Amino acid sequence: MIDFPILSLMTALPLIGALFIFLIRGGAETVARNAKFTAFYTSTFTFVLSLYLLGRFDGSTADFQFVEQADWFPSLGISYHMGVDGISVFFVALSAFLTPLCILASWNSIKTRVKEYMIAFLVLETMMIGTFCALDSMLFYVFFEGVLIPMFLIIGVWGGPRRVYSAFKFFLYTLLGSVLMLLALLTLYVEVGTTDIQTLIENPVARDLQMWLWLAFFASFAVKMPMWPVHTWLPDAHVEAPTAGSVILAGVLLKMGGYGFLRFSLPMFPEASLYFADFVYWLSVVAIIYTSLVALVQEDMKKLIAYSSVAHMGFVTLGIFTATIEGIEGGIFQMISHGVISAALFLSVGVIYDRLHTRDIARYGGLVKNMPKYAVVFMVFMLGSVGLPGTSGFVGEFLSLLAAFSVDTTVALFATTGIVLGALYMLMLYKRVMFGTQDNEDAAQMLDLSPREVGIFVPLVLLVIFLGVFPNFVMDRISPSVDKLHGQYMAGLQVPDMQVLNVEPAAGEGDNYE
Amino acid sequence: MLNLQQEREIIMSEFSWAYITPALPEMFLAIAGMVLLIAGVFRGNEGTKMLCWATIGSFALAATFLLGLDWERTTSFGGMFILDRFAGFMKLFVLLGLMVTMAISVRYLYQEQMARFEYPILVLFAGLGMMLMISANNLLSMYMGLELQALSLYVLAAFRRDHIKSAEAGIKYFILGALASGMLLFGASLIYGYTGSVGFDTIAATLSGTEPGLGLIIGLVFVLTGLAFKISAVPFHMWTPDVYEGAPTSVTALFAIVPKVAAMALLIRLLFGPFGPIIGEWQQIIWFLSMASMALGAFAAIAQDNIKRLMAYSSIGNMGYVLIGVVSGTMEGISAVVVYLVLYMIMTAGVFSIILTMRRGGVAVEKIGDLAGFSRTNPLMAYAMAILMFSMSGIPPLAGFFGKMLIFKAAVASGFYILAVLGILTSVVAAFYYLRVVKVMFFDEPADAFDPQPAFSKQAVVFASVGFILLFILSPDSLVTTGMNAASALFAG
Repeated sequence: MIDFPILSLMTALPLIGALFIFLIRGGAETVARNAKFTAFYTSTFTFVLSLYLLGRFDGSTADFQFVEQADWFPSLGISYHMGVDGISVFFVALSAFLTPLCILASWNSIKTRVKEYMIAFLVLETMMIGTFCALDSMLFYVFFEGVLIPMFLIIGVWGGPRRVYSAFKFFLYTLLGSVLMLLALLTLYVEVGTTDIQTLIENPVARDLQMWLWLAFFASFAVKMPMWPVHTWLPDAHVEAPTAGSVILAGVLLKMGGYGFLRFSLPMFPEASLYFADFVYWLSVVAIIYTSLVALVQEDMKKLIAYSSVAHMGFVTLGIFTATIEGIEGGIFQMISHGVISAALFLSVGVIYDRLHTRDIARYGGLVKNMPKYAVVFMVFMLGSVGLPGTSGFVGEFLSLLAAFSVDTTVALFATTGIVLGALYMLMLYKRVMFGTQDNEDAAQMLDLSPREVGIFVPLVLLVIFLGVFPNFVMDRISPSVDKLHGQYMAGLQVPDMQVLNVEPAAGEGDNYE
Repeated sequence: MLNLQQEREIIMSEFSWAYITPALPEMFLAIAGMVLLIAGVFRGNEGTKMLCWATIGSFALAATFLLGLDWERTTSFGGMFILDRFAGFMKLFVLLGLMVTMAISVRYLYQEQMARFEYPILVLFAGLGMMLMISANNLLSMYMGLELQALSLYVLAAFRRDHIKSAEAGIKYFILGALASGMLLFGASLIYGYTGSVGFDTIAATLSGTEPGLGLIIGLVFVLTGLAFKISAVPFHMWTPDVYEGAPTSVTALFAIVPKVAAMALLIRLLFGPFGPIIGEWQQIIWFLSMASMALGAFAAIAQDNIKRLMAYSSIGNMGYVLIGVVSGTMEGISAVVVYLVLYMIMTAGVFSIILTMRRGGVAVEKIGDLAGFSRTNPLMAYAMAILMFSMSGIPPLAGFFGKMLIFKAAVASGFYILAVLGILTSVVAAFYYLRVVKVMFFDEPADAFDPQPAFSKQAVVFASVGFILLFILSPDSLVTTGMNAASALFAG
């Protein structure tokens, strides 16, 4: 254990950095340079802290660690409660890992309002880390929803031609889902009398109420995830957002949905989760197959990767709602791996977009000749996305499918088809961009990766391979927590049987099983 | 049961100075108003600026008096006037709101060549009326307070009498307001007829434990109609957009910030005081008012291109949210209402301070499109406005979220799920038009910059408001505890 409040520090640090940037005065050039460096140093320091956090994380226990609790809203019994367990610690690390890379990736491509951009990114980092650390549902909601403001501005101010439409769509879709979740949280608060996540898990509500609450939470997380058919905001947002915005969207924001399923839906509403499991399977299968087919015909690289994200998230929901240990572990691993790979893919697209200012696949071709280093880097990520054994993408998909097979063979069969399609569109993308003749002169003259870009990609490449070869680094740390979650889920399912066996449960006690 | 004659006798027999101290702030304001009026008559229009600041000073002094009083429940003037924690708290906020609106409008009065000395005096009397409304404990004192503020506000709405829109706003406001007052008075007479009293305490005592008669219900409906006009709840909202648009912006700011708080306080006192025993009867009415206000406020605002009209619809919608708290009928609901109103007041004050700085070439502009590229020409103010807009749409971690959260929690706790779901869905629609303002400021190509203004008081209000909204999350408890404390006064008996 660490004797200083590391989670609060990690959450607050980016905010402090943002405040410093806000106070920078001087000429436009100086301000931009200082803002970039401040943002980079702050986020790097936060990342170092997250490494320290991972190092000190005790992987043998399922309890929440580094717990901090303080009075925040005593008259309503809402407290500032932070802590991480095996499920959340890697998402904290992922957020802290991707932010400095995003800032590096925006170094030259963001030319206007640099100061505001850096502030927005640091505020975003605070919100992301806070979301994964919060152990109080209101605190969670504050961070979860607070993400919208900086992201709205990032897409809307620094985005592409249709940025206004995309920013609004992103904001309103997500808001609509989230406010329903807020109502569900308030209902839970009124029913159980607390907003503390652990206490809420220990006191499941009655079955009928679970159904409604599950649907309200689902509305929020399914949009965030995003699941078919509420995924339509994602391609728009990805295409219009600046590169770094897409990276954070794909890398972290989508994971908030999956994390929400794991933290709220599964343990708090086990019966509803079981009841709706088939529904989720089929939505996931449709997502996997349909979006893969859509990805096949995309001409826009970012759109292609965006659709592939929806498909990959389909494996996550599939795995999570099998509610088996392998499925949940697979879902978490898939999220972590997708966080790295999709972020890396968007960064890769950003590299050539910065040079040619187009994402049109047909405008490239034969890049392997003039950009060999880039071709290698892109290949690693492409194979990771396909799910080649030895890359991180394999582990998560494999576990999710394994779990799906154990639950429902038909679903697994359809889901596996998605892997084939995934290989198809990624390989085609690689072929069209990297190989073939160099038809476009400007594309043929692009320079290979600069040292700054190499610096961005090296850690990502290493991570993709490392996670593929040593998945146990992650698995060992998440498995106690997953076991506990699975136990809570199973315990929640057994309650109604006991209720039937009991002669007559006293009125009003229905909410208070242990 | 007391009749009027007996009540009057009590007043005459029990008089002592201690007996009128609860009304000290009001009496001070009344005297200050008359003194300032005389000063105004002698000094003429040159004295306007001095009078404005003197009015602010009077409000501040009245607030000081108010703070010095004991806020435990006391009635005086034969039970016509009440001071309790609820009244004290609401009056304090009304006074603060009045001070802020006066402070941000002084320069505007001169810019628009409407700096006549009656302006601050009228604001002062309107303020006095609002304080009397909040402290009313009798249908007659309620009507008196209501009319004092309404008559002052009618004149203020038409204060730019050479300006056709302002005159139109004044007339509209006057005619519809008079109609509402008439209905209110008619309802009051029915209530008097069926309960035999005009005193709130006596009405409550009469109604408790009995099945209310049809005549009383009709009276209640008429009174609620009259008050719904004042808080601009749908379907009695028609005057709001036109009056907001037509009145001089400084007056619009006043309308948006203060009188609704006072009217809402009066409505709450009426519903939980005399009509507390028949909560089941009025809940249906308020339920409908709330739902209709939220829906209309959200959808109608989408089509607006004038920022003052936008704020008018926004205020209609916000009153709908406040009414959710009222419908829930619990102490929790009322404390949520108090918190919501305070936050709403603070946010609106910030927004109108910015609207008042929107001038180009010496002329006030009020189209949303005029804000285009505000983030380039005046980034600091643009960010302030964006934060205010995000807060008004209820996005955490800003203060506006907590107001909404408390309101919805109260609704859920009382089992009003449908209303809560409707409220939360309309809040998403409302988010769209708030975001549109942000979009215009940040995403659109810049229009010409606004006239630079050394507007210290407006900037101070904006920074105070935004600072409060941003930092509220650090200690949300203090305001909520205060709100609960104020609300508990209504549920003591």
